[in-house]
Amino acid sequence: MLLRFFLMGLDRKAGIVLTILAILAVAVPVMTLWVPADSPFHLSVFTVSLLGKYLCFALLALALDLVWGYCGILSLGHAAFFALGGYAMGMYLMRQIGPRGVYGNPVLPDFMVFLNWKELPWYWLGFDHFWFAALMVLVVPGALAFAFGWFAFRSRVTGVYLSIITQALTFALLLAFFRNDMGFGGNNGLTDFKDILGYDIQADTTRVTLFVATVAALALSYMIASGVIGSKLGKVLVALRDAESRVRFMGYDTESYKLFAWTLSACMAGVAGALYVPQVGIINPSEFAPASSIEAVIWVAVGGRGTLAGGILGAVLVNMGKSYFTGALPELWLFALGGLFVAVTLFLPKGLLGLGAQLKAKLPGRNKTSPLPNAKTADQKGA
Amino acid sequence: MSAESTLLYLDGVSVSFDGFKALNSLSLVMMPGEMRAIIGPNGAGKTTMMDVITGKTRPDTGTILFEGDTDLTRLREAAIANLGIGRKFQRPTVFEPHTVWDNLELALKAPRRPLKTLTYAISRDDRSRIEEILDITRLSALRNRQAGSLSHGQKQWLEIGMLLAQDPKLLLVDEPVAGMTDAETEQTAELLCSIAGKHSVIVVEHDMSFVRALGVKVTVLAEGSVLAEGSLDAVSANQQVIDTYLGR
Repeated sequence: MLLRFFLMGLDRKAGIVLTILAILAVAVPVMTLWVPADSPFHLSVFTVSLLGKYLCFALLALALDLVWGYCGILSLGHAAFFALGGYAMGMYLMRQIGPRGVYGNPVLPDFMVFLNWKELPWYWLGFDHFWFAALMVLVVPGALAFAFGWFAFRSRVTGVYLSIITQALTFALLLAFFRNDMGFGGNNGLTDFKDILGYDIQADTTRVTLFVATVAALALSYMIASGVIGSKLGKVLVALRDAESRVRFMGYDTESYKLFAWTLSACMAGVAGALYVPQVGIINPSEFAPASSIEAVIWVAVGGRGTLAGGILGAVLVNMGKSYFTGALPELWLFALGGLFVAVTLFLPKGLLGLGAQLKAKLPGRNKTSPLPNAKTADQKGA
Repeated sequence: MSAESTLLYLDGVSVSFDGFKALNSLSLVMMPGEMRAIIGPNGAGKTTMMDVITGKTRPDTGTILFEGDTDLTRLREAAIANLGIGRKFQRPTVFEPHTVWDNLELALKAPRRPLKTLTYAISRDDRSRIEEILDITRLSALRNRQAGSLSHGQKQWLEIGMLLAQDPKLLLVDEPVAGMTDAETEQTAELLCSIAGKHSVIVVEHDMSFVRALGVKVTVLAEGSVLAEGSLDAVSANQQVIDTYLGR
């Protein structure tokens, strides 16, 4: 049954995405570890971590596209789930430091010693086990999303109002995590990681392994998302995105459908955050900033909403642009990002992946009835 | 009258919006297999009546029973739909990005829980049922067309097909022939008549020739309550009906 589920989502586009990811999973380790450093084909470990970071963002974009593109829930707070997954992983990594911290306390992380805490808060218990932390990476964002979605969807909050409260959610978490009393390192967050699963987190092989793990997580999530969209449940989601009350009068409990997609999406975002933290070496409250969530929305819009692959493409391209700009012209980056969003909204309503269809529609003799690009037909492209 | 043998039983149902009484102590009884046409001037409460039956609007007072014992006023839309009450809106609402086939597959009577639909695989029976409905609604050739690209009349038919696929015990149809050509109107009347018998149908319609073509018992609504009930000829002769509706 599980096999059938995955096969259902396999179309031509999925084939392309999975092939590219498979090539990355093989080529990047080879180019980093075995190609000699003076060869033009050598990749530095720095580049590998950078690529890994892009792919974590790509996974966040995929998760966001699942709810925005297919259920019409524009989340302006998805980075909250990403950051919570990141914190769960960060707590595990903090516990792995053990007595090697500045203060040498075998149990308490440095910031707790600094704050004069005497014992580990209860919610840190268990995070010395990897399996427990890995579970929390899914459970914490998933549970928050479930509770939030339960109340929001039952109360029939939709559209911009829902977007605004997702934004409020991430902002509230931002403020909460800033407080030292919360026990998550306040302003500075969690950093100075040493080991993951007993391996030195700075070692080249660990970094490459983390990259491969990210590729694998992205590929698996893509297959799950694609399977969900290809199933009858996916068709219900698209139907309720466009005509929710009609779906309700057909006997579908639309709230539980939205809740399913929303919670699944939050879990994916949590995994993305958990893979992000060991690769960048830090997690702090700034990940909760509303701007992070809005950036994720821009990635999806640039790549093409409601296409799954578009989010991945958009996240990688925009972040490559960000890496370039913040290095070369740091003061211009935000203008470039804002300009990009305006340009995409005005000229590429279907995103980069919809560009082909958009150009086709402009050719004479085609689609004369609708000269304006129609977002709904873009969504059909993948089906 | 007792509610026991009825399919739908409305008694003393009132709804008001900001002081305006949309329904004023409305009472209506439908027997199983019956077909009924509802007519009345704008603002008579026709659509509000459908809203309270399907759970979109909660009545302020009154009783609404389905099959004699299920209290509809306590249930949500999806639960009411699953009891076997289907609804067709004034404007055709089909799922435009989906194909005609997928629209029918979504509507087809089948388990509605998310985990059931996630693992749903179409069965031979379901397939032949959809084929049958495509036949009845004359959409067989268009099965792979995107519903959004259908003509207005075809969308109306697809929506009626979706209601057939849902296989409701009671069908509420709001202005099914609005915007249709004469030929389409006639075909639609035939289609609805062929549905009646197996399903009970309530049709709300302005088009008098269509109501005449249906040839069923007519209920006239005005200002939120029943003004007259009977055959079309009988209610057309009713002086009160002429004054409030037909005469204008």
